[in-house]
Amino acid sequence: MTALPPAITGWFDARGWSIHPHQQAMLSAADQPCTLLIAPTGGGKTMAGFLPTLAELADGDHHGLHTLYISPLKALAADIRRNLTGPITEMGLPIRVEDRTGDTPSSRKKRQRADPPHILLTTPESLALMTSYEDAHRTFAGLKRVIVDEIHALAESKRGDQLMLALSRLSTLAPGLRRVGLSATVEDPKAIARLLARHPDPCEILMAAPGPNPDISMLQTTEPPPWSGGGGRYAIPAVLEEVRKHRTTLIFHNTRAQAEIFFHHLWLANEDQLPIGIHHGALAREQRERVEQAMTDGQLKAIVCTGTLDLGIDWGDVDLVIQVGAPKNVKRLVQRIGRANHRYNAPSKALIVPANRFEVIECVAALDAVRDHDLDGEARGPGPLDVLCQHILIRAAAGPFHADDLYAEVITTGAYAELSRDLFDRCLDFVATGGYALRAYDQWQRLLQRPDGQWQLRDPRATQRIRMNIGTIVDADKMQVRLHKTRGGKPLGEVEEYFASLLRKGDTFLIGGEIVRYEGMREMVVEVTRTPTQKPKIATFMGTKFATSTQLSDRILTMFRQEDWPDLPPHTRDWLHLQRQVSRLPERDRLLVESFPHDGREHLVAYGFAGRNAQQTLGLLLTQRMEAQGLNPMGFVATDYATLIWGLDRVAEAAPLFSRDNLVEAMETWLSDNAVMKRTFKGSAIIAGLIDRNMPGGKRKSGRQATFSTDILYDTLRKYDPDHLMLRITRDEAMRGLVDFGRIEEMLARIGDRIDHQRLTRVTPLAAPLFLEPGRVPVEGLANQRLLEEEATRLMQTAGLETTGT
Amino acid sequence: MNTLPFTFAGETFHARPSGALSWPAQGLLCVSDLHLGKSERMARRGGPMLPPYEGVETLAKLAEDIAATDPRTVICLGDSFDDSAAAEALDDETSEALGPLMAGRRWIWIEGNHDPGPVSVDGTHLATVTLAGITFRHIADPEKTREVSGHYHPKARVALRGRSLSRRCFLVDDRRLVLPAYGTYTGGLSCDRPELSGLMAPGARAILLGDPPVALPMPRARRDAG
Repeated sequence: MTALPPAITGWFDARGWSIHPHQQAMLSAADQPCTLLIAPTGGGKTMAGFLPTLAELADGDHHGLHTLYISPLKALAADIRRNLTGPITEMGLPIRVEDRTGDTPSSRKKRQRADPPHILLTTPESLALMTSYEDAHRTFAGLKRVIVDEIHALAESKRGDQLMLALSRLSTLAPGLRRVGLSATVEDPKAIARLLARHPDPCEILMAAPGPNPDISMLQTTEPPPWSGGGGRYAIPAVLEEVRKHRTTLIFHNTRAQAEIFFHHLWLANEDQLPIGIHHGALAREQRERVEQAMTDGQLKAIVCTGTLDLGIDWGDVDLVIQVGAPKNVKRLVQRIGRANHRYNAPSKALIVPANRFEVIECVAALDAVRDHDLDGEARGPGPLDVLCQHILIRAAAGPFHADDLYAEVITTGAYAELSRDLFDRCLDFVATGGYALRAYDQWQRLLQRPDGQWQLRDPRATQRIRMNIGTIVDADKMQVRLHKTRGGKPLGEVEEYFASLLRKGDTFLIGGEIVRYEGMREMVVEVTRTPTQKPKIATFMGTKFATSTQLSDRILTMFRQEDWPDLPPHTRDWLHLQRQVSRLPERDRLLVESFPHDGREHLVAYGFAGRNAQQTLGLLLTQRMEAQGLNPMGFVATDYATLIWGLDRVAEAAPLFSRDNLVEAMETWLSDNAVMKRTFKGSAIIAGLIDRNMPGGKRKSGRQATFSTDILYDTLRKYDPDHLMLRITRDEAMRGLVDFGRIEEMLARIGDRIDHQRLTRVTPLAAPLFLEPGRVPVEGLANQRLLEEEATRLMQTAGLETTGT
Repeated sequence: MNTLPFTFAGETFHARPSGALSWPAQGLLCVSDLHLGKSERMARRGGPMLPPYEGVETLAKLAEDIAATDPRTVICLGDSFDDSAAAEALDDETSEALGPLMAGRRWIWIEGNHDPGPVSVDGTHLATVTLAGITFRHIADPEKTREVSGHYHPKARVALRGRSLSRRCFLVDDRRLVLPAYGTYTGGLSCDRPELSGLMAPGARAILLGDPPVALPMPRARRDAG
């Protein structure tokens, strides 16, 4: 138990404040090796984390670094510095607080290593970088506490795995280091505690009072939602009305594309000229900062945003959160709702807007789940090996090491506690030699084993390369968008390279709420002009698509069992009744398959409820089987709950298509050449250090011959070294990521052999919206070559050139 | 494998799906920019350790083209080796694969910017070679005509109804022919970049690799096309 010194108690007393019970509990647990605090937003969580530090530093006896604070956001680190410095000054405590992120000037960073402050606020990447220096042991000697903020968000990604590996290092450099995690409400606090604690240390879990239930409901609109689509445009009048009635509203969307389109139409309808801004990850930093500043100054009535505003900082006085589109995941919904009313003990107010008819059902299910405090989450599985490979490189940059010591250190990390020595050795071998069956690089190994058994870098200059490539966030290749003829002028934002490659001169698209016209490309910059058109020709760039969680899908399937649905609006209720009348409703332990002719083609719908990624994979696997059976499938489209396949021939027997053996076999064939696998490979190859993302001495070369596609590396490895570690990593990664085969297996286990094939004469009510769904995938075969030849003939004729060849 | 026959400098050439050029009248097969030893060179310089199989893969492809065309002469049009040291340090698999390919035919290594001097590999080492009035050199000379070169690794991108395709390509106009890179670990330079759009005359065509290769007007910077 740490007693609070008078300087601190006096400060609280002078303001008439008392210490929250969970803040007191944190003080009492200050000596524990590991503590996890779960508290709702606005509960004084950060102060709870820092109070023991302030108490321990009050006497001024500690020299050097005492507490390290890590947050997932740079901006949060800076914000916490301001929020801590105020009270520390007012309390008159002899404590120095500094932050350190990618934005910190290098002179200050250097000084911080030699003469660290008492409290250093940083990010996982900056911390990993600090541990890569030869003097890391000096910087961190004497470190007592580490505070991981927003650990629930970090725990979901490789950034969290990298952070925990860095902590394993710190625990060696500073024995007795105590760990503290601060988390929003989560479904499984024990899982987070396991990640945080130094294995096998115990971790005490403190739960703050949860606060009042949120005031959450579905937005009532005069117009019913459309049958398909994801924009929520129909709700714009009702949304504007709510914005008018509240001080500040956050309007969340699931993708950047949807946020852009919604923002555009919101402004067209915004007759009162309410100040409304937009904020998402693809906007230029300057533009985001301007919106953040306007928000802080209370100048905005509303912000249309994406996940970028999920975390952290209190911007202004938000009193309403609107979620447009089904939340897909109850936990994220709850955390978003928490963004409204950052005051303890005041209920947050939120509205959700289903974007289409099916989402009405999903939203009702999500609302029930929020009321029942039934959160969802997928277990993450063992720590990813690409992150471990990068960790080994970082360790090597800091100086020579014994493999035994590093292994012992790594398995104190919760996510890597079960890592076998054999697998660790394969990762080390990969880092040292490339890990190829053909031992080609004996002379040029990256790590060498010295006579004393320690591993060290062959070329000490490699440290620069390693440090430049630290981090686990891998973005798609992006291109900047700038206004034409404003070289060095302000960037508008970024688009994915793939999107840019589809543009032709004169195409119009949306960015930052503006419609712009594509003019051309210059040195990896997309140049555009402003245009007065009303309607953009190309919707907008792609974004990530979340899959609906298993728990939420289960809730929907459970709802389908009801006789009637009094909670649903009449239009949706009638729709379900009609479906039950002409076919049947999907059930949790059965698989409903419908087939019917439509528009001169045969159609098949499988209601697997396995989430978008898995349904997409299912579409690829099923069409492959159908192709093999000569059923001539032509294409498919997938949503979170179903896959629709069309083709020339009718499927007489559906059940054999869904046998596990059949699907697994199809999976093996399909994996061999697949864009999803290649994309996954690229991400892991960058993290593991197989390829560099940044090169010393400048930017990426501008399209010169030197760079080649990582797809070639993937193909070469598969052909010549199929057991290579990188392929194993890619496979593990894809199986639980974009391919999501895990959820197909879950579905197969759930349905067993209970497959109900309904043969019908026409489209069913539940299937109808699928026909309007965008993102149709053609079944390829030789399609590319044929399209190319057609296009070539057209172009040659247009240009008045003869068509050469046979 | 289907080839695309085309006429250049009054002669009939075939573009092969692999990126090789064949000239049946002369019994010639020509490939450019093999970049053998590239992975070795990158590792040697402290860069990434890429899968060391690209030499074997490139030569396997070349073996197929040789088997299909049975040429009397093979011209490797420069940058055959990623650098001179890489030529000396070829792994056993790669050197062993090279021998049988070279046996019984005339083999010409043209010098490239990566491999300027002669290397200790069999065959004839030349700066340029001229056959039937057509000159083979590594880097195109803007002043010359009737020449075949490599160096630039041209590729072209075409938008096709909602999808976009980027492929290596030959470039050909009335004066010159530029070959795509043949090596496995080689990237490409888009033909709408000034280096290539300036080199090629108006009316130039790009022949995109495929089975068969496909000819279309050479894509240029969209601003020019405006």
